Amino acid sequence: MSANRYHAKCDGECCGFCCTRIENLGVAKGPMVILENVNMHIHCGELTAIIGPNGGGKSTLLKALLGEIPHSGVLKYLDAGGDRSGQPVIGYVPQHLDFDTGTPVSVSDLFVACLSKKPGWLLKPRSIRRRAEEDLARVKAEHLLDRRLGALSGGELQRVLLALALDPVPNLLLLDEPVSGMDQGGLELFYTTVAELRQNYDLSIILVSHDFDLVSRYADRVVLLNRTVITSGTPQQVFSDEKTLRTFGITRLFTGTAGKEEEGEG
Amino acid sequence: MMLDIWYDIVSFLLPFEWTEHNFMKNALLAVLLLTPLFGLLGTMVVSNRMAFFSDSIGHGAFTGVAIGALFGTVDPLIGAILFSAVFAVVITIIKNKSKTSTDTIIGVFSSTAVALGLILLSNGGYNKYSSYLVGDLLSISPFEILLLLVSFVGVIILWLLIFNKVLLISVNQSLAASRGINTLAVDILFTIAIAVVVTITIQWVGLLIINSLIVLPAAAARNVTSNVRQYHAVSVGISMFSGISGLIASYYLDTPTGSTIVMIAALIFFLLFFLRRKFA
Repeated sequence: MSANRYHAKCDGECCGFCCTRIENLGVAKGPMVILENVNMHIHCGELTAIIGPNGGGKSTLLKALLGEIPHSGVLKYLDAGGDRSGQPVIGYVPQHLDFDTGTPVSVSDLFVACLSKKPGWLLKPRSIRRRAEEDLARVKAEHLLDRRLGALSGGELQRVLLALALDPVPNLLLLDEPVSGMDQGGLELFYTTVAELRQNYDLSIILVSHDFDLVSRYADRVVLLNRTVITSGTPQQVFSDEKTLRTFGITRLFTGTAGKEEEGEG
Repeated sequence: MMLDIWYDIVSFLLPFEWTEHNFMKNALLAVLLLTPLFGLLGTMVVSNRMAFFSDSIGHGAFTGVAIGALFGTVDPLIGAILFSAVFAVVITIIKNKSKTSTDTIIGVFSSTAVALGLILLSNGGYNKYSSYLVGDLLSISPFEILLLLVSFVGVIILWLLIFNKVLLISVNQSLAASRGINTLAVDILFTIAIAVVVTITIQWVGLLIINSLIVLPAAAARNVTSNVRQYHAVSVGISMFSGISGLIASYYLDTPTGSTIVMIAALIFFLLFFLRRKFA
């Protein structure tokens, strides 16, 4: 049912049928099974939020999709005509940067490191600088180009990382929502930017999230992950599902429902 | 012989008392080749919070020198470089595989390495090799200078090729992976470079202070710089300045050369540390 609803929407608003499929994905660490039988079908123009309890495998799924840890099953990308298929180009926005805040690395250094083969310690390619300016302009952060990474606020850093993940424009954008260091305003801005992106580019977005209120307002689909996909559908469906209640216990669900009702009124 | 040309150049350009001896000219050449490498590699050692890790590579190099001295066929240094490269690769892989308590693993490996090194060296005549603990920069042989020249070129080329990747990994490993970087391979190349440079140097400056040559220039530079190019330029500059001035000072003050270099680098560190607010 929800799949039908989704197809109709995609036909109207974006390129059509390009999509990313996750089939039978599983991750095991020794005898311990962390993920099994994970199946997802994500269309371009869609923002899919993944929620789940801590230890439920959310970040493991991201690492598996990034190819950082070995996994079973396949990740397939099919473009609009169905002729180009294979590995999707993945853009990734990490949850936090594990760097030393005193380190003398500027935003433009980060872009050079990502986009150029020329060593950033010796050369400062002009073409990359222009490209970085354009990339940053997409997320309204061009003024941050020469700032030191350690001097950025949580929200600024997140926008810089988003700009970086969008160059080259990926087929699949993986976002790990920041848990700390960001105020509510910064989070809202981040979500608004992401929501705009999915309308302007042919890309699928997977967002690992902890904020049920924001998820219910911005996500097109929600997937509840706890070792496998427990339930999925629209935010309304998932947050009113009894399985969600059982996974999180009564308090967390209450927050989620409250968020949904707010949206209904507004 | 190539070295004779160098001797002539130094005598012509620097007609001072300290350059009258060939061992000083050798040492000057070694300092000119080594200190830029320490300045370069140090930047990412400091940014990656690898100071303890690079210290343990020094300990592995110490064992390598011991093994090289006992079993080396061509030159002790070749065996030493091979061993410390392997040691560095092994602890890099272990560091990458286990996320928990890396410090403990590194600590275990490095103390084991030093213990093994000391046992091996005492077997082969402790007095002969005790110099590896403190080092002697004035004992450089022409063959070692050749080896140093090869490593100099090698490390510079490597740094041109992998620096961007090392930087990205230092910022976030998953981000680097999403950009198609083989993080383990880059980590291994980086640590091998450190291991090679440290192993060659250890006989000249000694195990006790070698790590400060890597850490101090970069640690000083990060106080006053805000991007990668400045960081490298200042770090290499401090490294070369303290190397050259330390060599000259040690000649006139009759102090151990390695320690004098480290003292000068440390003074610069504290100076820049207190000046850092002016640059921030």
